[in-house]
Amino acid sequence: MSAGVHIIAAPGDIPAPHIEYGQLAPMLIVFGVAVLGVLVEALAGRPWRYRIQVPLAFAGLLAAFVWTIVLAWRHEPFHVAAMGALGVDGPTLFLQGTILVLALVSLLLIAERSAAHFTAQASALPGSEAEQQSMSAGITQTEIFPLMMFAVGGMLMFPASNDLLTMFVALEVLSLPLYLLCGLARRRRLLSQEAAVKYFLLGAFSSAFFLYGAALLYGYAGSVRLSDISAQAGQGAGGETLLLAGIALLSVGLLFKLGAVPFHMWKPDVYQGAPTPITALMASCTLVSAFGALLRVYYVGFETLRWDWRPAMWGVAIITMVVGAVVAITQTDIKRMLAYSSIAHAGFLLTGVVATSRQGLSGTLFYLAAYGFTTIGAFAVVTMVRDAGGEAAHLSRWAGLGRRSPVIAGVFAFFLLAMAGIPLTSGFTGKFAVFSAAVDGGATPLVVVGVLASAIAAFFYVRVIVVMFFSDPEADGPSVVVSPATATAVALGLTVTVVLGVLPQPVLDLAGTAASQMFVR
Amino acid sequence: MNDFPWLSVLIALPALGALGVALLPRGRDALAKQAALGVSALVAVLTFVMAAGFDTGGSRFQFAETYDWIPAFGVHWAVGVDGVALVLILMSVILVPLVILASWTDADRFGGVVAEGESAPAKSVKTYFALVLALEAMMIGVFAATDVFLFYVFFEAMLIPVYFLIGAYGGPQRSYAAVKFLLYSLFGGLLMLVAVIALYVYGPNTFLLADLQGLNLDPTVAKWLFLGFFIAFAIKAPMVPLHTWLPDAAGQAPAGALVLIVGVLDKVGTYGMMRFCLELFPGASKWATPVVLTFAVISIIYGAVLAIGQVDLKRLVAYTSISHFGFIVLGIFAMTSQGQSGAALYMVNHGFSTGALFLIVGFLLVRRGSARVDAFGGVQKVAPLLAGAFLIAGLSGLSLPGLAPFVSEFLVLVGTFSRYQVAAVIAALGIVLAAVYILWAYQRTMNGPTTEAVAGFKDLSRRELAAVAPILAIVVALGFFPKPVLDVINPSVKHTLSVVQQTDPTPTVAEKGARP
Repeated sequence: MSAGVHIIAAPGDIPAPHIEYGQLAPMLIVFGVAVLGVLVEALAGRPWRYRIQVPLAFAGLLAAFVWTIVLAWRHEPFHVAAMGALGVDGPTLFLQGTILVLALVSLLLIAERSAAHFTAQASALPGSEAEQQSMSAGITQTEIFPLMMFAVGGMLMFPASNDLLTMFVALEVLSLPLYLLCGLARRRRLLSQEAAVKYFLLGAFSSAFFLYGAALLYGYAGSVRLSDISAQAGQGAGGETLLLAGIALLSVGLLFKLGAVPFHMWKPDVYQGAPTPITALMASCTLVSAFGALLRVYYVGFETLRWDWRPAMWGVAIITMVVGAVVAITQTDIKRMLAYSSIAHAGFLLTGVVATSRQGLSGTLFYLAAYGFTTIGAFAVVTMVRDAGGEAAHLSRWAGLGRRSPVIAGVFAFFLLAMAGIPLTSGFTGKFAVFSAAVDGGATPLVVVGVLASAIAAFFYVRVIVVMFFSDPEADGPSVVVSPATATAVALGLTVTVVLGVLPQPVLDLAGTAASQMFVR
Repeated sequence: MNDFPWLSVLIALPALGALGVALLPRGRDALAKQAALGVSALVAVLTFVMAAGFDTGGSRFQFAETYDWIPAFGVHWAVGVDGVALVLILMSVILVPLVILASWTDADRFGGVVAEGESAPAKSVKTYFALVLALEAMMIGVFAATDVFLFYVFFEAMLIPVYFLIGAYGGPQRSYAAVKFLLYSLFGGLLMLVAVIALYVYGPNTFLLADLQGLNLDPTVAKWLFLGFFIAFAIKAPMVPLHTWLPDAAGQAPAGALVLIVGVLDKVGTYGMMRFCLELFPGASKWATPVVLTFAVISIIYGAVLAIGQVDLKRLVAYTSISHFGFIVLGIFAMTSQGQSGAALYMVNHGFSTGALFLIVGFLLVRRGSARVDAFGGVQKVAPLLAGAFLIAGLSGLSLPGLAPFVSEFLVLVGTFSRYQVAAVIAALGIVLAAVYILWAYQRTMNGPTTEAVAGFKDLSRRELAAVAPILAIVVALGFFPKPVLDVINPSVKHTLSVVQQTDPTPTVAEKGARP
């Protein structure tokens, strides 16, 4: 533990904060690359931008990932950095490594040039002359790369934040670029812009909730540091109302980000409207990051209060699983269906959080990594199935895909089976990990609801397989466009989904080691 | 020779074969069929070589292998066979090549038997055979697994090839049937998953069967876990009232796949009851026995009565199977040595007798394009071999003495009677009903005046004969001489009973000298 100097509480003379640059390098690299990307936008000529931005982004993410590995490998990381504002510990490094790898895979999709997922000029009105002009001029939007890097930087910081203010800053840094990125789809731009506005308004709401909760907790504990809040609550000091209201409001902000019911309303619209590579980024990296933050808040800040928040979390987990699975059945748009599936999976993940144990933590970490790859792979396949109007999003258009391109349809079916939790896929291993932790933590009824929800969820996954394989193809059905970058993303997703299903031990070990000391306080 | 990893090889071989067949280039259908037949025949031969080394007086699980698989969950790649598992594996590996042979041209014709008005889309022939081989690997795995987790993995993974076999190659309502099958099975499987997880948490954090026996579980917990396993197995087996997926699946699935679904896959349910329900939760099994026996008897009668009323031959045979599975469950839960030996033998016999029936119905379906009873009439005159084969298979279904199922049904009834007289008496009615449904179906389809549609029927081809004759030969052979199979089964049944701590009731009369 570092000296207990509180940045906020310090009166008068402000000491220069001590920053461990080496420990924080992964975040700093990503932010640095983002800033460089902005400079490139400002200084490089238009034809050069794409050619500079893509390698820069790749190099940045890769360097950050390598640094994360080195950090984890060199010594048991278990300490706070930056005057206690950020935690560097096993779970955080695991989550950051996962986010970086998933971001690399998403970058493959985002950088895909042949598909043109992004609009040429976001400011041009849909269908206007200006839009047509910029399209015909062959302009490509390259601001997406620095925007993405800022978002990823925020995602890295979010689960590492050891106090609520840092966490709020991270939340905003990760959210704002995403709001913007959501509105940049090339096709169906109105839908995309609607998604962006919705996401922004609701996101702003939830940020306000988060901030209000943080303020109440500060009022209660006199500190925004998670460990101080935990210590104060452990002593049972002061106004219980402030504490509980603070927890509730803070939870709203966090649960919104991961799309738990009843704060899930944005997810289907945003996932559907956003450009699919961005959807892939949100469905994997944002989910991992949000769960990381949730875990840290609940395992560190509110650890002593677990008897107070666990019942509520039970309720949220149950309705999240059930609503996600049931509503998904009625969906006819493939991206909306995957969005509801993501909601259901958030519910499954919450059962691991409810366990509040080491197994719960390691199981959740494993599940996040496994699910992230599967979902990126699935969205990558969605970007490949195209017809004249762009991606063939409506489920009925996928009819007979299994006959037309058996490999792609087979791969997609495999991803769906993994999400349904069929053995020999990573989805099953992950589910087993969190469910066994939950049973161990005395949450057997929750697990029973979980498996029932899985059975319901299986129905809609299987429905897609039925459409792809057992129905006859339409005459003017979509065709599968295979390009190297997207195919690589699919292949990576597939490989990880298989390996984590068949030989999960190394990654389970890694998650177990990462969780062995839990979070630093 | 004994260190040779027999079972792992037997699982890997068809799995690799499936991969190989699936990767063949398009248009090499003939090669795909030959390769599938070759692989499955090789597996059968190897299994026989292995079985020859099985020592009936030896240790319980033979050819055992144990490797760590996922140490974090206490999961092992642990395989081994006792008598019951061995005979079930033997049954499976015999059936698979014959099924491949029987569906040789079905695969080209898929779409030929769809309802009128529907297009007959070209379907991948090689995929069909690849799926059958993948299924074979999982069938061997599920019977050989001695680790509960591994068993569960095979148990669930098996659904996927079957799902595609029904859904892609079935009749007009195939996707409905396939989804219904998958959801029923998944639902059961997921309940079992909860029980598996709880077993891990409450047990010694390992899944090895050997370590899980004799656990000192809290009786209430044990009852819940028993239910989790039992419901999954009862769906699989299928027992009334969880049986409704089977007639639909049977009505739509291609005949060859149906042999494997009903003949082998459903046995996993009854096998699981014996191996897992009884051995892991002996107390809870005894607690549940009255209810289970009641449902078993209901299954026997209900299945038989509904079989009488069926108009579709495939559905008819499916309902007879529900009745037969009732007998098997009855034998298992009577918890007497005759009852369980009979049940284990019944599993094998039913696989062959029902397998033959389904294959023959499949031949009829190919000839007529329909499996409805009223689509046939007087087949006997134009295709005597076909009718004869149908008759033998049918008579074995009604347990005619001299054919294999008779022995097992008799043992089950005797074993049940010595403890639960009423159940045995009611169950015996099932035999009477069996005579009705089989003979009446035979009479309506094979006898009488030859209808116009049937007049052009060809008799069994040599390929068809080669597929069905070995099965009928086995049915006859086991009818007269079941001893080799019983010798293999009996030690493992004895072990199961000792775990349940049940001894046979003393005043038994039947089967002198069979017990020590």
